[in-house]
Amino acid sequence: MNIAELQKKLLAAARANAPDDRVPYAFEKRVMALLASRAGADKRVLWTRGLWRAAVSCVAIALLLGAWIFFNPAASSNSTDLSQNFESTLLASVDQGDQAQ
Amino acid sequence: MERTEAELIAAVLRGDPASFEPLVQKYSPRVFATARRYARRESEVEDIAQEVWLKAFEKLNSFRGEAPFEHWLMRLTVRTCYDFLRVHQRNREWAFSDLSGPETDWLERFATQPETAAETADAAKLLVGRVLEKLSPPARLVITLLEIEDRSVREIARLTGWSVPLVKVRAFRARAEMRKILTKMATEKYL
Repeated sequence: MNIAELQKKLLAAARANAPDDRVPYAFEKRVMALLASRAGADKRVLWTRGLWRAAVSCVAIALLLGAWIFFNPAASSNSTDLSQNFESTLLASVDQGDQAQ
Repeated sequence: MERTEAELIAAVLRGDPASFEPLVQKYSPRVFATARRYARRESEVEDIAQEVWLKAFEKLNSFRGEAPFEHWLMRLTVRTCYDFLRVHQRNREWAFSDLSGPETDWLERFATQPETAAETADAAKLLVGRVLEKLSPPARLVITLLEIEDRSVREIARLTGWSVPLVKVRAFRARAEMRKILTKMATEKYL
């Protein structure tokens, strides 16, 4: 069998039979509906992604602060002074008022 | 008054997706005809066409308007068809013993009297479809574009994103691959 001739003939057969360009009924409507649903889904995905990122950042900050407080005993021993100072500063005006009376 | 393509595209880019519908309506016949060259089942053809339009909508901002929209869309269509071929490569296996009666008859007629085996026969159309299915995705794409659609090497390079030398190399390999398949078919059938 002449393979080169067979190849030529089969390719000619393919050329002679151009494919159909028929479009299924309401295809464009389906595409538009799909695009609309994807746009909605995209918004939801964006929101979810943003919220997840925010949650991860919050957890990371909480962990860092926790670790900082846990591994920093000097800071924890000074915390009483800090709180006392804060309290006396906050109540300074009340104390002054009491002394004046 | 009917809006031009450029106006429709600009409207879509401004956030009016409804303006995309006339483009889908106008160019879907071309997209479907191209997809039917690579997919046999109608459900697959429709999936390809749908994928093309979804990609076209997503990537519309990359359309610069230097070339006609149709050219840009056909590039997208050919690349989507190529992706389809690569994904479905494994589902295309068939044995030469699976050839139908009319296909075998056509081959036998060709073997005995080549001039009587008409290329317009339905059997020849089926047979070439089967042979193309046996080809690797790049070979099938290049044979379809170069030999069947009669496009130039430069045009194929533009459509596929391959370089001109790569198209030439792939065309050479594709012809050899097709000859190998035909030789195997002839050997299995007639020896």
